[in-house]
Amino acid sequence: MASVNFISRAKLEGLDSEEKLDFILNEVKKGQILVLEKGLTAEEQAKLIEMTMKKINEKFAGIEMESYVNEKPTFLERIFGRKKVRLTIIGPADKIKTIYKDKDIIKAVIK
Amino acid sequence: MGIFGRLSDWLKNIFGKRHVRIGIYGPPNAGKTTLANRIAQDWAGGLVGEVSEIPHETRKVQKKGGIVIKDGKSSLRIDIVDTPGIATKVDFHEFMEYGLDEEEAKRRAKEATEGVIEAIKWLDNIDGVILLMDSTKNPFTQVNITILGNLEARELPVIIAANKIDLDGSTPATLKSAFPQHEVIPISALTGANIDLLYKAMLRKFKRR
Ligand SMILES: Nc1nc2c(ncn2[C@@H]2O[C@H](COP(=O)(O)OP(=O)(O)OP(=O)(O)O)[C@@H](O)[C@H]2O)c(=O)[nH]1
Ligand SMILES: [Mg+2]
Repeated sequence: MASVNFISRAKLEGLDSEEKLDFILNEVKKGQILVLEKGLTAEEQAKLIEMTMKKINEKFAGIEMESYVNEKPTFLERIFGRKKVRLTIIGPADKIKTIYKDKDIIKAVIK
Repeated sequence: MGIFGRLSDWLKNIFGKRHVRIGIYGPPNAGKTTLANRIAQDWAGGLVGEVSEIPHETRKVQKKGGIVIKDGKSSLRIDIVDTPGIATKVDFHEFMEYGLDEEEAKRRAKEATEGVIEAIKWLDNIDGVILLMDSTKNPFTQVNITILGNLEARELPVIIAANKIDLDGSTPATLKSAFPQHEVIPISALTGANIDLLYKAMLRKFKRR
């Protein structure tokens, strides 16, 4: 049975980027599925993929991660350098599978 | 990039010989090497790399220089950078389904993970990107979203190419509506269909600004 943890924005905001990604990958390697209230920036997503690649072995095949398409930042977001990052689901590749996805809906099954 | 790479880039910059580097990015099996080979054949001669139906065929970044794309009076000199497919998972069992033995499959998986890292690192060394997607597949994948997000964050010019339009079940229109803020060109890297449209878009998009 897989457990799903809903991680609040506050929990991750207390961590810097590296701590945040370490936390996520550690949980996922333990078999946990995480739903992040506030997702990762594109750079963090790429960094998480790199970190995942280093951890892949015969027992750990990597992660499944799903977030929504980035919306074009608004004028104010550009000025203040703040990007919208929306809800993201991350889990071990062998436990979670995305079965449908479009702009607004992510449908995943948990094994 | 090592110090010598950086030094040589700096020298080339000074002498104005540093070409525009265009990376071909996308998920495994999208047809990146097929496209790189076609571009090389059309404008320089020779091939860039091996093509295979088995994912993660390209596991190291491969480059080809001296490519000059022309359209009338307009021309663009580029280096093509063919990158390993980016994935969030690599399962060696998948390669065994293609008939590789276990040892080979595990080695391929290990190299594939290193290739993904190299592809991501190369985002810092390129001037523009052709993001290649398989138009028979759902475009809303994390890999596509992550690559695109990184290109936007780096403000790199990007053309999305919706590949494999020669196949039944190809829906390039889905891709266009998925990424309305980007230029999407439906192509077949295999048959060459619409490839002229891609070249015109490259001349427009990647001309040094
Ligand atoms: N029908 C069709 N097949 C294509 C097209 N482009 C590539 N292919 C096929 O798709 C498979 C993968 O092609 P590659 O060029 O090796 O793909 P890649 O993106 O470089 O893959 P990796 O190096 O593994 O990341 C091969 O079997 C190609 O023949 C296309 O436009 N149409
Ligand atoms: Mg390839």
